Amino acid sequence: MKYTSQAVAKPYFIFALILLAGEILFGLLMAIQYLYGDFLFPLIPFNVLRMVHTNLLIVLILFGFMGATYYLIPEEAERELWSPKLAIVTFWVFAAAGVATILGYLFVPYAELTELTFNNLLPTMGREFLEQPLPTKVGIVLVVVSYIFNTAMTVLLGRRTVITTVLITGLLGLAVFFLFAFYVPDNLIMDKFFWWFTVHLWVEATWELIMGAILAFVLIKVTGVDREHIDKWLYLIIAMTMVSGILGTGHHFFYMGAPEYWLWIGSISSAVEPLPFLLMVLFAFTMARERKIKHDNEMALTWAKGTAVMAFLGAGVWGFFHTLAPVNMFTHGTQLTAAHGHLSFYGAYIMIIFTVISYAMPILRGRPHGNCAKAQKVELSAFWMLNIGMLGLTLALSAAGIVQILDQRVGTDLIGFMESQESIAGIYMVRAGFGVLVFSGLLTYFYSFFVKEENA
Amino acid sequence: MTERITKSMAKNIYYGGGTFALLIFIALVFDTVKQIPERSNEVKMSASVVLGKKLWEKNNCVGCHTLIGEGAYYAPELMNVFQRRGASNEEGFKAYMQGWMAAQPLSTPNRRKMPQFHLTNEEVDHLSDFLIWTSQVNANDWPPTIEG
Repeated sequence: MKYTSQAVAKPYFIFALILLAGEILFGLLMAIQYLYGDFLFPLIPFNVLRMVHTNLLIVLILFGFMGATYYLIPEEAERELWSPKLAIVTFWVFAAAGVATILGYLFVPYAELTELTFNNLLPTMGREFLEQPLPTKVGIVLVVVSYIFNTAMTVLLGRRTVITTVLITGLLGLAVFFLFAFYVPDNLIMDKFFWWFTVHLWVEATWELIMGAILAFVLIKVTGVDREHIDKWLYLIIAMTMVSGILGTGHHFFYMGAPEYWLWIGSISSAVEPLPFLLMVLFAFTMARERKIKHDNEMALTWAKGTAVMAFLGAGVWGFFHTLAPVNMFTHGTQLTAAHGHLSFYGAYIMIIFTVISYAMPILRGRPHGNCAKAQKVELSAFWMLNIGMLGLTLALSAAGIVQILDQRVGTDLIGFMESQESIAGIYMVRAGFGVLVFSGLLTYFYSFFVKEENA
Repeated sequence: MTERITKSMAKNIYYGGGTFALLIFIALVFDTVKQIPERSNEVKMSASVVLGKKLWEKNNCVGCHTLIGEGAYYAPELMNVFQRRGASNEEGFKAYMQGWMAAQPLSTPNRRKMPQFHLTNEEVDHLSDFLIWTSQVNANDWPPTIEG
């Protein structure tokens, strides 16, 4: 560790991983309730399980981004973090708000929660992924603003690099687009239209900048490749992200009440969306091939290559499957969307967090050369369990989506939703099985932290 | 491939391309916002429809159902439930909704369950009005079939 203030990243990383365990656990509970409707009902109805599952995902990614930022910004800016104290205070505020929100979801009926949290003053709740009560949303804004301020001050007083510029651009975008979470027009169509400004422009634009910056940082560290070279790749990747991702928002506007021209704009631009992810794969593998040093922490590079490949599959390939308007006519609102959502979030955002944790955590724990060989071996098994589990789960959800389309939407012998879901039960069983594999992978990953150094 | 591209070229593609895309996007957003009232029949958006939307949000209905294809995939699509369960008859659909909401949760073992939300008859009517209004939105001919 070059700067002592980098240590503030540690609680962020640890908490992100704890939340990830919760997220996967609730995913498993949902997978069971999908098959046995009486499971946990009426104790925790499906919408509550799902809210906990998706909200934990969002919050854990934010924690991961923050941890990654606080770790890499001092090294990039070549100075201590502007205020480590502020970073620690915001950690506790955010963690407390996050835990309180989840407990609220679990123990208070949602309708009552809206009343308790002043939703009538400014209604923002009850929309997918943005279910958080008003105080939580305001809290997120305050935490994110203080986080950006702390980061920006550090960079302004220190060295500016392409990585820090890209990172801060991504963070500013994250903050600006979250503001649309506070805008809920009475007209459902207008509401849906602007809802995507947060949801799409987070995951398919600004978060990709953050991901690119983190990936570039880790690649510089573990391959020793010249910064100029890395910078060029980073610019190319984010250029493609912006060119395709912004107008690519149009692929959400095909069939929700927006005008016809989005069918063309959305199809054409989002057909280009796999490109930045393909570039990321080339980037990671080219840098690995041209590496100047052989870092003892081999797992960090493995995760870096892994995140590029899985993000390309999940976001690029699985996104492309249903992004053309004539195809989306049939796939819109089916399990195919869920398949794409699972693999893309995992590949791009969970794996980039694993990447930076795998690189930074050993250093934060006083092991500059990475964990011992035995621990890395355990981590490698976790890597494969997680990846195979997520791929299997995605394939199962894709199969479910295809059956759903054939049952409900193609031909003349159509059956209803509930009947179709019963015909898919076997596939949902397979999905749950792969979910168990993912959870075991995560536990194995956790175990790798506790493998003792052989010669210590 | 990347040998021929310099860092400053890549940087220019990022700023130039990004700004270009953003400007087109903003222009289209203005146009869409202008078109949505007509495409969604905003004139028919009564006070009851708006109250229905608030109930839809307050009870987190989107946590199980999709509405115009967006939401969770645990329970049926509701954009065309008016046609599917109400045969496009307002009176019939409203009566159906009163019965359906009162009957939840159904007792069929291990069928996916919808909670009992304890809505008043008036509130259920608002919800029906909201779903009837939604069914008439011009969503470019989606959903493809009555089964949603």
